[in-house]
Amino acid sequence: MNPSYIQLLLELLPQIALVVTAFALLAVDFALLRQRDPTPRFRTLGRITVFGLAVAGAMLFFQLGQVQAGGAFVGPLRTVVLDPLTVFFQIVIVVVTIITVFISMAYPFTTHVSEYYAVLIFGALGMNFLIASEELIAIFVSLELLSVCLYILTAFHKGMLRSAEGGLKYFVFGALSSAFMLFGLAWTYGLTGDTTLAGIGQAATELAKHGLHGNGAMLGVALLFTLVGFGFKIAAAPFHQWAPDAYEGSPTPATAFIATGSKIASFFILVKVLFIGFAGAHGSAAWGGFNSGWIAVAATLAAITLVVGNTAAIVQRNVKRLLAYSAIAHAGYILTGLVAANALGAASVFFYIIVYAFTNLGAFGVVAAISARVGGDDFKDFTGIYKRAPGLTFLMLLFILSLAGVPPLGGFFGKFYLFTAALSADPHNLGLFWLVALGIAMSAVSLYYYLVLLKTMYVSDPVAETSAATDRIAAPPFLNFALLFSLAVVLWTGIAPQQLLGWIERFL
Amino acid sequence: MSLDWTIYLSFIGSGLILCQPREQRDRIRWIALAFGVAGLAIALGAWWSYNAAVPELTKQVASASDPIRAAFRVVCDAPWIPSLKINYFLAYDGINLPLVVLNGFICVTGILFSWNVEHRTKEFFAFFLALIGGVYGVFLSMDLFLLFVFYELAIIPKYFLIAIWGGTRKEYGAMKLVLYSFVGSAAALVGILALYVKAGGPSGVAGFNLLALKDVAFTPEFQYWCFPLVFLGFAVLAGMWPFHTWVPTGHVAAPTAASMLLAGVVMKLGAYGCLRAGIMLMPSGAKAWAGVIAVIAVINIIYGAMVALVQRDFKFVIGYSSVSHMGFVLLGLVTLTTIGLNGAVLQMFSHGIIAGLLFAVVGRMVYDRTHTRVLAELQSMRLYEIMPFAAITFVLAGAASMGVPGFSGFVAELQVLLGAWQQYPWLAVAAGFGILVTFAYTLLTILRAFFGERRTANEQHLRAMPPISAPEKIGAIILISVTIIVGVCPNCLLNMINLSVQPLVSLLAK
Repeated sequence: MNPSYIQLLLELLPQIALVVTAFALLAVDFALLRQRDPTPRFRTLGRITVFGLAVAGAMLFFQLGQVQAGGAFVGPLRTVVLDPLTVFFQIVIVVVTIITVFISMAYPFTTHVSEYYAVLIFGALGMNFLIASEELIAIFVSLELLSVCLYILTAFHKGMLRSAEGGLKYFVFGALSSAFMLFGLAWTYGLTGDTTLAGIGQAATELAKHGLHGNGAMLGVALLFTLVGFGFKIAAAPFHQWAPDAYEGSPTPATAFIATGSKIASFFILVKVLFIGFAGAHGSAAWGGFNSGWIAVAATLAAITLVVGNTAAIVQRNVKRLLAYSAIAHAGYILTGLVAANALGAASVFFYIIVYAFTNLGAFGVVAAISARVGGDDFKDFTGIYKRAPGLTFLMLLFILSLAGVPPLGGFFGKFYLFTAALSADPHNLGLFWLVALGIAMSAVSLYYYLVLLKTMYVSDPVAETSAATDRIAAPPFLNFALLFSLAVVLWTGIAPQQLLGWIERFL
Repeated sequence: MSLDWTIYLSFIGSGLILCQPREQRDRIRWIALAFGVAGLAIALGAWWSYNAAVPELTKQVASASDPIRAAFRVVCDAPWIPSLKINYFLAYDGINLPLVVLNGFICVTGILFSWNVEHRTKEFFAFFLALIGGVYGVFLSMDLFLLFVFYELAIIPKYFLIAIWGGTRKEYGAMKLVLYSFVGSAAALVGILALYVKAGGPSGVAGFNLLALKDVAFTPEFQYWCFPLVFLGFAVLAGMWPFHTWVPTGHVAAPTAASMLLAGVVMKLGAYGCLRAGIMLMPSGAKAWAGVIAVIAVINIIYGAMVALVQRDFKFVIGYSSVSHMGFVLLGLVTLTTIGLNGAVLQMFSHGIIAGLLFAVVGRMVYDRTHTRVLAELQSMRLYEIMPFAAITFVLAGAASMGVPGFSGFVAELQVLLGAWQQYPWLAVAAGFGILVTFAYTLLTILRAFFGERRTANEQHLRAMPPISAPEKIGAIILISVTIIVGVCPNCLLNMINLSVQPLVSLLAK
C-alpha cells in the first residue's frame, strides 16, 4: 500500500524548505551581494541560512507531534520512514547545522559564501534522508549526497595547501569506501532479493540459521564489505587514515560539521542496518566464544579503534588533529555500545552521539574563534591563551573534560551508559567484559592527552613569540549563543540525563 | 540545614567566586571562608545530633533486621536516572560522618593557610571549593554511581590546583597524581559495573544502592576476581604500595592547601571506597584477599617510614610519612575485626587532621618564608628562635603523628595494632617496628628543621621574615585542638564509629 506522492511531498516539506533555502541563498548572493566584503556577507547570508534551517526545524517539530500522535509515515518501499525517532534525529541534525552556521559566521574564510552555505545545507539534507531511509538504494544515495558535500567542504579553504590535501585524501578514501559498501550492498541484495532492511533481515535470518557457512558464508562477505564501508564513514580504525588530514585541513566550521552531523547520521544508519538488516547474522564477541557475525566484526573494530585512536592522539601537537584522533577514539566507544545489540545498546549509542555532537561543536567553536584571531591551530598558538581569552578557554575546559568523560558533564554519563549497555548484554557470563575493560582503560589514557591540551591553554604561560599580542579575544554574540547552547546540552545531559534518555527510550 | 547542603554550599561558593571580578582578592577569600565555615558548621551540627542519638541508635541497631541500614540517617533519596536504577541517595552513619567533619575542618583551615595566594586567586578558590564539594559528595553518597560521580569530579580540580599554583616539578606531579587516580578509578569502575550487572543491572532491584547491593549474594568466584579490582582501584588513591609513588611527588608539587587536602581527605576517599565498595559489598572476596593486603599494608608502614628517614627535603618527609600512616588505615581495614576497623576509621580522621597540620607548617609557615625545604639549610637557620609558633606547632603535630598518648593518633594506631594482633600477630609486630622508625624520623626532622645550630651569615634575611599571620595561627590552633580533643576524649568519635562498624563486622562474619 503506497501512499500518494502528494502526501510524500507534504511529509517532506521540511526537507524541501532546506532545498529552497539553499537556492535562495545562491540567488541572493549572486544578485545582490557578490561585490561586498566576505565578512558581512558571511553574516548576512548566515542569518538567511539560520532562518531557513529554523523554519525546517519548526516544521520537523510539528511533524514530531504528528507522528507521535498519528503513527509513523512510511514512504514507498520504505525509502522514507518518518517515525518519532527519525524525526527527532532530523531535528538534532538541523540544530547541529544551525550551530555550524553560527560558527561559520565567526570564521569568514572564503569569498564563495553562498556556495559554502548551500553545500552545508545539502549536506544536512543528505543526513536527514540518511536517517529516514530503510532501503538500500536510498541509503546509498543519501550517503553519497552527504559524502560529496563533505568532500567539497573539506577542500573549501582554497588558498591553503593542507585543505586541498585533506579534501583529496577524504575524497579518495571516501570513494573507495563507497565502492566497498556498494559491493557489500549488492551482495546483500543478490542473496536476499530485497532492498528494504526489514525484508533483508528476514531473509538473512533464514540464511544465517545454521551460522555463516554455505550460503551463509556469502552473507558474511556481504556483511564484511558493508561494514568496511561504514568503517570509513565513522572513521573506525583501521579505516581512519583520512580523518586526521581532513579534520586538520578543513576550515574549522566544516570540521565541526564533519565531526558531528555526519557522525550522527552515519551511526544512526549503521545501527539500523545492523540491528534490522543483519539481525539474524549477529554472531557473538564473548571472550572465548567468538562467533562469526556482525557483533564479532564490530567488537574487533571497536577494540582496534579504541587503541589506535587513543594512543595516536598522545603525540599530536595540533588541536584539530588531536580532536580528530579523539573522534576516532570516540567511534570506538560508540561501537562498544553498539555491540550490545539490544535496545539498551541502541539507546546508549543514540544518547552518546547527541552528547558527543554538541560537545564537539562547542570544542570546534572555541577553536574557530581563537584560531581566527591567533592565525593557527597548533599547540604553540594556543599556549597560555587563557590570558587573552579567559571565557573561551573556560568553555573549552568544560567541553574537553566532557570528551574525557569527567562528571558532571554529558560525556561521562554517555560513556558510562555505553559501557553499561555492553556489559549488561550478557549479565550471566559478562561476555563483553574484555571490551568494556579495554574501553575504560583507554579512557584513562585519553585523559592524558586531553589534560596536555588543557595544560597548554589554561596552565602554561604564553610563549615569547606569540605574547606580543595581548588584546582580549571574545567571541561575537551569535557564536557565544552557539557555544552556550552546546554547553547547556552538555550540562543537561550530564546532570539530568533521564530527560533525553526518556525521550530516546520512548521513541525507540 | 541538612547535611547535603555541605555539598551544595561548596559548589555554590565555587560558582559565586567565579562570578567575582579577579581584582577583588579579599572579597574572594572571605567568600571562600564563609562557605567553608558554613559547611563545617553544618557538619558539626550533624555530628552533634548524631552523637547524642548514639545510645538510642544502638538499641535500634541491636533489634533491627538490617542493622547496617538501621545505623544510617538518610539525607535524601530520590530517583535520579530511573532508567538505570540510579538514585540520588545521600545518607550518613558513624563511618562517614567523622570523615565529613574532617573535610569541613580541612576546608576551613586550608582556606586560612592559603590566605596569601595572590596568583589567579579567583580560580584558586573556585577549584578549591569544587574539590571540597566533590569530597563531601563522595563521603555522603550511598549510591555507588553517585559516589563514583563525585569521586571523578574531585580528580580534575586537583590537577589544576597543583599544575597552576604548585612548586617543584608541578606539571609532572599534577599529571602523575591525576593519571594514577584516574587509572585507579577506571579499575574500580570496571569492578563496579560488573557488580551492578551481576546484581541485575537496569532491570534488577538493587541498582547502584550500596545498602541494597550488600544484600545481594555474589558468588565467591565472582567476588574473588572482582574484589581486588575494586579494592585496588580505590587503594591507589589511599597510597597503597606499590602504587604510592604519586603521593610524595604530588604532595611536594602541590601548593600548601592542596597538599593539606590531598593528605587530609583525598587519600581518605580511597580508603573509604575500599571499605564501602570493596569490603562491605564483597565480604568473601575481602576474606580471601585480606592476608595479602595486610602484608602490603605493613610494607606501606615500614617502607614509608624508612624512606621518610632518609629524605633531605622537609616536604618529602611528610609525604612519605603519609604513605606510612595510610598503611595503618589499610591494615586496620583488612583485619576485618571490630577493633581494627574502628581504628582504621579513626586513623583516617586522625591522620587527616595531623597531616593537614604538618603540611601547613612545612608549606605555608616555613617554605613561604625561607623559600627552602632542604633540611640541611633549615638546620643552619635555627628557626625555633625566629618562628617559635611554627616550631611549637610542628612539635605538637609531630608528637601526634608519632602516636604520643593524648593525641588522636595514639588511640587510632593502638586499636589498629590490637586488631592486627588478633589476626596477624607477626604483622602487628612488624607494624610496631614501623612506629619506632616513625619516632626516629619525626624527632630527627623536628631537630633539624627547628633546633639546628645557627650558621648562616645572613642574619638580616632571617630577621626580615614576616611574622606568622593571624589566619595561620587560627588554622593551626583549630587543628591542634581537634587532635587533642579526639586524643583525650576519643569516644566523641569512637562511639559512632563503633555503632556502624559492629553490624558491618557481623556481616563479614556470616
